Amino acid sequence: MARVAFARHLYRFFPALEGREIRVKAATVAQAVAELERQFPGLAFYLVDEQGKLRQHVNIFIEEELVVDREGLSDSIQPEARLYVMQALSGG
Amino acid sequence: MPQRKPQRKPSRSKSPGSGPSRIILGTRKGTIILERGRTGWKAGKLAHGGVAVSYAARDERTGTWWAALEHGHWGPKLSRSADGEKWEDAPQIKYPEGTCYIDGYLNDDGSAAGVEAAMASAKPLRPKLVKASLKKIWYLGFGASDQPGRICAGTMPGGVFVSNDNGDTFELNMPLWNHSSRGGDLSQGECLGAKTFWFGGGAGVNGEHTPGVHSIFFDPRNSRRWFVALSCAGVLETSDDGKTWQGRNKGLLATFLPKPDVEWGHDPHYVMLSKNAPDHVWMQNHCGIFYSADGAQSWKMVSKEGRTAHFGFPVAADENDGKTAWVVPGIADDKRMAVGGALCVAHTQDGGKTWEELRKGLPQENAFDVVYRHALDIKGDALAFGSTTGNVYFSANRGKDWISLGYNFPPVYSVRFA
Repeated sequence: MARVAFARHLYRFFPALEGREIRVKAATVAQAVAELERQFPGLAFYLVDEQGKLRQHVNIFIEEELVVDREGLSDSIQPEARLYVMQALSGG
Repeated sequence: MPQRKPQRKPSRSKSPGSGPSRIILGTRKGTIILERGRTGWKAGKLAHGGVAVSYAARDERTGTWWAALEHGHWGPKLSRSADGEKWEDAPQIKYPEGTCYIDGYLNDDGSAAGVEAAMASAKPLRPKLVKASLKKIWYLGFGASDQPGRICAGTMPGGVFVSNDNGDTFELNMPLWNHSSRGGDLSQGECLGAKTFWFGGGAGVNGEHTPGVHSIFFDPRNSRRWFVALSCAGVLETSDDGKTWQGRNKGLLATFLPKPDVEWGHDPHYVMLSKNAPDHVWMQNHCGIFYSADGAQSWKMVSKEGRTAHFGFPVAADENDGKTAWVVPGIADDKRMAVGGALCVAHTQDGGKTWEELRKGLPQENAFDVVYRHALDIKGDALAFGSTTGNVYFSANRGKDWISLGYNFPPVYSVRFA
């Protein structure tokens, strides 16, 4: 199962994320987001919009690589991969 | 150099007279509730700290507090509270799958078509369709007394979401979304020939501009009859509780267009009717102040360019006297500052024939304040407003005298008596 780490900023809205290792069974980033929503209701809408598109100022990395498909989140995930959900530094 | 502001007693000031005892602010850095006690007004604890709050209000019918959040990273969210202290994410507003809107036009090869080229072409227009996602919750309208669970949310891109269960679920009003003035039903195919007359609009926290709904108001005599106003499109009315919509823009002028008296493309900044004289409707428009004495069936401009009262964002209509209203003037497009560096509220009691400038207690030099569309409110004889420079003022006597409730708030987006 892939492990997911989150930007600390999200702990404020989802305290249950803090201090835990979050694991998801998913073959793609979209599936990972759906699994995160199942575990933490409401979380997906913080990461993606209602069309499933990654929000403009949110980044998801697979290991050290930024996801390529921000529209459909079809990037594949290896079983033991690490995912990082980060705030995008869109400003200066 | 700017001079010192006239008082230095932020968030605590003596308040003359009686009237409302709570005000809720939606600000660039969170939600703030001001309460009036024995010694004056005092600001309570900040909620949603650091998060932009585009609109905040209390539903008097249920006592529920609502805040429309604009997270910089995590998107717009609706938040609610039973007591004004402990807030939680409410069920969220989402555009249904498949909803889209027109955002420009395309050439046959998929490149962007210039408007002139697109309009001049003998071929039907090929619209560029964009999937709708929530950019901003701009306004919350609470329904009439015979609609106890009705809450309407005005959004960007321009939609109205209706709840009949106190916000537990919201549904997009499709007849408005599919209105002919924005191209009709765009859910099937390429929609060749579809054309929108909606454009511009306010900005979401991330700077995206789309037309948005900022005003929703109900006819207190008939709750099936209600109105919405958009920037930029104009005013629409429904008389069958949202099943059909008609434009109500007769008499409006869009002086930023080659043909100002168009049917669509108007920029009302805020629209409000008189609660107990609901045929009297007031609009602060980008192009001036408009007044209707026939329930928005026709409008008349009641301001003149070059006068203090002309441009601005908010308007407040008296609850009982339909000819009486207040605005907070600013300088239009090129500056967006207080007129002459002096803050004033303009007031009419004769349907806009004459405007009195109310300045007592307001700074009259080195003032740069602009007051946004939802940042002026009225309740009985009380008025309150907040500005982009973080000043909040209150009057207990219809604007004759003003006191400061604080000078150092974040930029204020909304002010509502609670």
